[in-house]
Amino acid sequence: MRKVLMTLGLFLMLALPGVAQERSSQTVPATAGQAAEPTTALAAVLAENVKKIAKPSRRTIGPVIDEIAASGPGASRFLQAWADRRVGLRKSDDTLFIIAEQGQDYALSDPVTGAPADTAPRREISEVKPNSGVRAVIGSALVRFLLSDPDPAKRREALTAIERDGEASHLAPLRASIAQEPDAQIKAGKQRLERLLTIRFGKDAGERVAAIDSFGSDTGLDLRATLNPLVATTRRAFEGEPQGNIAKTLRPARELSEADAYALLVAANMAPKRISEAAMKQALAANVVDGKVGGLPLADMSDPAKRALAYSALAKAGTVTPRLSETEAQALIDAHSYADIYAEPDATVTKSAEAGLARVSRKVAMMQSVDLGLDGLSLASIYFLAAIGLAITFGIMGVINMAHGEFITMGAYTGYVVQQFVPDYTASILIALPLAFAITFGAGVAMERLVIRYLYKRPLETLLATFGISIALQQLFKNIFGTQARPLTSPPWLEGALQINDIVSISYIRIAIFVLALVFLTLYLWVMKRTRLGLEVRAVTQNPSMAASMGINPDRINMLAFGFGSGIAGIAGVAIGLFAKVTSEMGQDYIVQSFMTVVVGGVGSIFGTLAGATLIGGLQKGIEFLNPSNTLAAQTYMILFIIIFIQFRPRGIVALKGRAAGD
Amino acid sequence: MRPGFLAKNPSVIWFLLILAIFTLVITLLSHAYGPGVISTSMVKTLGKTLCLCLIAIAMDLVWGYTGILSLGHFAFFGLGGYMIGMWLMYERTRDIVLKSASDFPMTPHELQDAIGSQIFGVVGSSKLPAIWHFAGSLPMQLLFVVLVPGLLALVFGWLAFRSRVAGVYLSILTQAMTLALSLYLFQNESGLRGNNGLSGLQNIPGLSADQDHSSVWFLWASACALALGYVLAAAIVSGKFGSVMRGIRDDEARVRFLGYPVEGFKLFVFTLTAVIAAIAGALYYPQAGIINPGEMAPIASIYLAVWVAIGGRGRLYGAVMGAFFVSIVSSWFTGGRVPDVPLGFYTIKWVDWWQVLLGLSFVLVTLLAPKGLSGLVELIAGLRPPRRGGAPLGPDAGSLQEEEARE
Repeated sequence: MRKVLMTLGLFLMLALPGVAQERSSQTVPATAGQAAEPTTALAAVLAENVKKIAKPSRRTIGPVIDEIAASGPGASRFLQAWADRRVGLRKSDDTLFIIAEQGQDYALSDPVTGAPADTAPRREISEVKPNSGVRAVIGSALVRFLLSDPDPAKRREALTAIERDGEASHLAPLRASIAQEPDAQIKAGKQRLERLLTIRFGKDAGERVAAIDSFGSDTGLDLRATLNPLVATTRRAFEGEPQGNIAKTLRPARELSEADAYALLVAANMAPKRISEAAMKQALAANVVDGKVGGLPLADMSDPAKRALAYSALAKAGTVTPRLSETEAQALIDAHSYADIYAEPDATVTKSAEAGLARVSRKVAMMQSVDLGLDGLSLASIYFLAAIGLAITFGIMGVINMAHGEFITMGAYTGYVVQQFVPDYTASILIALPLAFAITFGAGVAMERLVIRYLYKRPLETLLATFGISIALQQLFKNIFGTQARPLTSPPWLEGALQINDIVSISYIRIAIFVLALVFLTLYLWVMKRTRLGLEVRAVTQNPSMAASMGINPDRINMLAFGFGSGIAGIAGVAIGLFAKVTSEMGQDYIVQSFMTVVVGGVGSIFGTLAGATLIGGLQKGIEFLNPSNTLAAQTYMILFIIIFIQFRPRGIVALKGRAAGD
Repeated sequence: MRPGFLAKNPSVIWFLLILAIFTLVITLLSHAYGPGVISTSMVKTLGKTLCLCLIAIAMDLVWGYTGILSLGHFAFFGLGGYMIGMWLMYERTRDIVLKSASDFPMTPHELQDAIGSQIFGVVGSSKLPAIWHFAGSLPMQLLFVVLVPGLLALVFGWLAFRSRVAGVYLSILTQAMTLALSLYLFQNESGLRGNNGLSGLQNIPGLSADQDHSSVWFLWASACALALGYVLAAAIVSGKFGSVMRGIRDDEARVRFLGYPVEGFKLFVFTLTAVIAAIAGALYYPQAGIINPGEMAPIASIYLAVWVAIGGRGRLYGAVMGAFFVSIVSSWFTGGRVPDVPLGFYTIKWVDWWQVLLGLSFVLVTLLAPKGLSGLVELIAGLRPPRRGGAPLGPDAGSLQEEEARE
């Protein structure tokens, strides 16, 4: 009864300085009665606990906050204000208000309804400043409200806040809010978060283990971030048997080096710090008397054993602190036991967490191998693209063209120049591709007419002559375009990556190159098998004089075939330039690999080139995966592999047989 | 009576005479022993060039006479340099460490550690890798100069020739080997200071002479090595062995069917030339002062082929002339000492255009003058082959069968 009266009194008192709305709610008590009922509950709690709220301490505030939280509408607003230090106490009548600075004064508003109440000069209000401990308690009480806030955005916000920085106190309100969650997506998020929090803060081991098991082989980063701290260990030394939740016992000189074991003992104050070799040397050097140290001649000091002798002599004389001998140190090491100890005390939980992590890493490894496969495939398509031109000039015609790399560079520079004139990236690429083909086709035909046709019967000299052209072209590019890298920007729709999940992703540009490689494979097959040109090329390469007597002009065919191979190199240059730096030396980076691709694949067969590219690309990525820090080593091992591979299949993966093999 | 060695190789006398005169003249004009007309750096350049001539002879043996276009001989050259460089660097660092150390004697272990951290500080390590175990001993490292490249060539050659890899395939394979080796040495883990390479090699430990004198001594050493290499190569190619080598070049299958173990011959020549290349490298790098893996890149070996081709294959003096001429002209052009050519609208700076000129002249030599510079010698000496007409003796149109058939 007294409570009701007090509430009524308080209500009237608050209403006294009120404004119009306040009065209107008072004038129609019959209708407002129902709505005002819970509001008064909060008001009552506040009135009752003014002192505690004004000077909160972490120890005693818990029940009060619970009461406020349970008091219905308005509670969250008040708690939020409290946590934000926006609550003030009017000294004149010990009443709480939500305050906001307004010039020199505070604007007051009602803590229960949030309605503006009054303004008060600063000195009349004392701000309520909860310390961080109290604010944490308020925060976790607030989570309950945020989690069941009618605004879905607020609920999501609360979830991310807990995900980022979850606490044991979040668990209960989170569980409570799951049942009433209307949004399916948020509900799923809440359930996942609830299980994660259970793993960390669940009451008993059974609950936690069940939560861990419920994830199966989920690869989410949040799960791994939750499980990893559970299996974190510290390495410690023990007198007698190891204590605590042991992850692994370590025996000195087997799982643990003796130096490390001794360091552990020193760290745990179980053994004295040893005087280091350097300190011993210093002490000896400081005690040289008449060319002698500890009775031994100075010249003997280059022998470690003599040094130890001299030092012990000095120690016996009392000039230096004695040093623990090796046997003493060994005895100390042997007298203790060593183990890795989990920070988490419960063995069943750590065991289950280890098992969970093992499941996860198995799944991750599987995903990574898929990712690695994709990486290898994209590298293979780059090599294939770089080598397909060579498959025609070298593979079919047998011409070693060392300037092939420079044709690739030429294509890339064509793309760069086109972009200087055509600012739209999509259009410029579409112009650059045929233009690069045309230019390198021309360059290839010119080279064939001027140099190579005189050297068809001297393959080694072709190699040298085209090398001469290669260094001349390279320097020419340097003179024209400078030594710095030139940009070749890809169109915006090629940026970004196709994200399949956390681990597997592939950039669009690599997909585009893969598609381009397939297009060229098809183009090559079509030209070689379905066109007149292809037929004549095959005829001329098999037997030029017979082909000539059938009315084919071998000169013309050689010229066209060489131009075709060079033109494809130009297009490959545009594609490679999109993701690599365009410099005068970029062709050099691909030339050896391209020859490898053709040789490993088998000269004269496009499918061999494809297989060679796949093998080399996959192998390189595979080796890089085993030794990720070192691409140089990967290339070294790959080339070694190729050299050995050639031993067993000198004619490559797809070896031509019979007359087509040419010998 | 069968003609003597010198009668069969008239070029040897001439070559040794010219080499001796050349070395003497340089010595008498140097800073150390003469008026100093020729600067010490020029003496070093000439000494280095003589080493390049030696490796060119090796290249001519393996390519010009046996027909194996190896693009890997510069790797052997570099390996030889690395082996001697290890000793030079270790000993010099040891001297520095001992000089800077206090009076208190060091244990061998401490000395090793101090040297290790001096040498490997640049690559963030302080331990001497296992391959430096013998670095303190000159005889061992000199042995390694011969052994390491020799063994590598032996193993590689055995693998390659055994599986009948020949022609351009072998060229590409040797190029791959060179690339693999230089990539391997580029890593810090290889224990040879990664891309920093070995440096300070021009200071010979235990030698009190200054650079002026030591450069002349190295010039003499290089000249002696070149002379010995030339005589050895001439002896090899003038005998029956040389005939088999040329036979292999011109028609390998025919030589095999005549009962010669072609693979053995090839392997011998390949390994021997690798050793010659390594010795040339061991003499070259103390004069250059620094060696790094970039020197062993495949392009260096191709340049080697360029020199031999420009000089004229199949003639020992041709190889020497090519190496000498191209590297001297090259250092002349790239040194910026050639005046620019103003064309009015554009000025040709030779530093920029030298490579273009070299590339194009190389193409022209290949196309128009397969005999290279040595063709000039023949023109002057009237050594032109008799006109026999008819088809060449072998299927390789580039080879010089008719002239050699005269011998």
